[in-house]
Amino acid sequence: MAATALHLHSDLAGRYESNPATRESAWVKWTVIGVSLTFFALFILLPLFIVFYEALRKGWEAYVVALVEPDALSSIKLTLLAAAISVPLNLVFGIAAAWAIAKFEFRGKSFLITLIDLPFSISPVVAGLIYVLVFGRTGWLGPWFIENDMKIVFAVPGIILATIFVTFPFIARELIPLMEAQGRDEEEASTVLGASGWQTFWYVTLPNIKWALLYGVILCNARAMGEFGAVSVVSGHIRGETNTMPLHIEIAYNEYKFSAAFAVASLLAILALVTLVLKTFIEWRATQTLKRSKT
Amino acid sequence: MSSHNALPGFRLSLGYTLTWLSLIVLIPLSAVFVKTMELSFEQFWAIVTTPRVVASYQLTFGASLAAATINAVFGLLLAWCLVRYSFPGKKIVDSLIDLPFALPTAVAGIALTALWAGNGWVGSIVETQFGIKVAFTPWGVLLALVFIGLPFVVRTVQPVLEDLDFELEEAASSLGANRWQTISRVIFPTLLPALLTGFALAFARAVGEYGSVIFIAGNMPMVSEITPLMIITKLEQYDYRGATAIATVMLIVSFVMLITINSLQAWTAKRNGKIK
Repeated sequence: MAATALHLHSDLAGRYESNPATRESAWVKWTVIGVSLTFFALFILLPLFIVFYEALRKGWEAYVVALVEPDALSSIKLTLLAAAISVPLNLVFGIAAAWAIAKFEFRGKSFLITLIDLPFSISPVVAGLIYVLVFGRTGWLGPWFIENDMKIVFAVPGIILATIFVTFPFIARELIPLMEAQGRDEEEASTVLGASGWQTFWYVTLPNIKWALLYGVILCNARAMGEFGAVSVVSGHIRGETNTMPLHIEIAYNEYKFSAAFAVASLLAILALVTLVLKTFIEWRATQTLKRSKT
Repeated sequence: MSSHNALPGFRLSLGYTLTWLSLIVLIPLSAVFVKTMELSFEQFWAIVTTPRVVASYQLTFGASLAAATINAVFGLLLAWCLVRYSFPGKKIVDSLIDLPFALPTAVAGIALTALWAGNGWVGSIVETQFGIKVAFTPWGVLLALVFIGLPFVVRTVQPVLEDLDFELEEAASSLGANRWQTISRVIFPTLLPALLTGFALAFARAVGEYGSVIFIAGNMPMVSEITPLMIITKLEQYDYRGATAIATVMLIVSFVMLITINSLQAWTAKRNGKIK
């Protein structure tokens, strides 16, 4: 959905503010800024700050102890594993979907895009539930997997499936609008000149989409590592086995181990901040590239 | 037309897309409807209209609507500040607006609870000054939903505001409109489709939200239970049918929202003179 798309900013504030016809009086301006920033501080800055404050309240030692505790460590490993599998799978899917949708015309295209968007608008809890219905003990495929001694739900594979589901559209949705805008002239020139399909993709398409691709990957990764609702339904909450970092936070919090919960939460908050820094950097680089190609 | 298209890989990429989409999304989703079909309509209706579930709809939809409205107002103001004004720290504010997208919901949930609980920094002030308990009441639900929905309105309104025709406002002004008339009659109508899209996106996200809400809601039956939590509760009692019936209701809402958002986005694109 549009709200997460890579956006190239152009700062026009100076232009509007220097013209009496397009600016507001100073008191209106500063009131609007004051109200907006108060809201921003209350809803964005304070929650972010308190995560680190609570995590470090009992000192560095307690912080480190909370992170190297076996259950915390195993939750970190499982989160990394789930992201390491689901992000590449969604990357391959995203590229394939964007190639088909952006470079070719076919019937039902906009319906296909809507279907790809589905996981965005479905509650994470429902996302978890559907895998329980398919792979659970009374589900469609559940009995077969149990007979063959394989556990899907309430085990690691279920967590990975749920993670793939909730991050499904990210990369595809990032690439489709960009590749549609770029058209297919360059690729056609490349194939006419004798390049194979893979060569065309590798040397022509990929350099054109690299920033959007990277952007999609980091968003997808942030969401994969942080998913809570869907993973919570399929996890079964087996300590040291099927707990991801967000689930570990929940358990520690419900046992009133607040500092431990916030310690693990601070790692995910750092991940979120790194994601936003990378996003800002990518937008800046993409803007630079665009400016250079225009001159 | 694909017949004029010299590019390779159409069948491979479309085939892969459809297969993966079916395996991960469509087939598992259909399980919800198939499982619901096992119930007669009377059974289904009885499950989805029990008082406790109905109370959860009222809270979920009411709080989501209120949160999306708050987001529309403050999101519009924030987008306006980011596009039209210069002020110190603007770049940082612009980057951090996306925090609710990037911060895991469980982290948001415990952070908001710590802030707004009776002994928290903000909660203690609100409770002593205004006598309102926020955490562990429906107010807490509203708060969490405002947090997670905040970026949607800003990020849908901001680009439209940036693309607005500069000359349009100059013309309005030179024709004698004062600033407020220009904003309310020239700028606002242009922003309306984007604003409504942002509102709908925030609302859709809020309706399904689970992680950030359950920590701060208190989860009292009939008072502060959200609908996704009802699904979890049924699942914990191994009541798969009950859980699936409620999930069906939520899925139908999701589909309706998806269609609404798609048409709103098409409207936004049309208003801005872009070919979709």
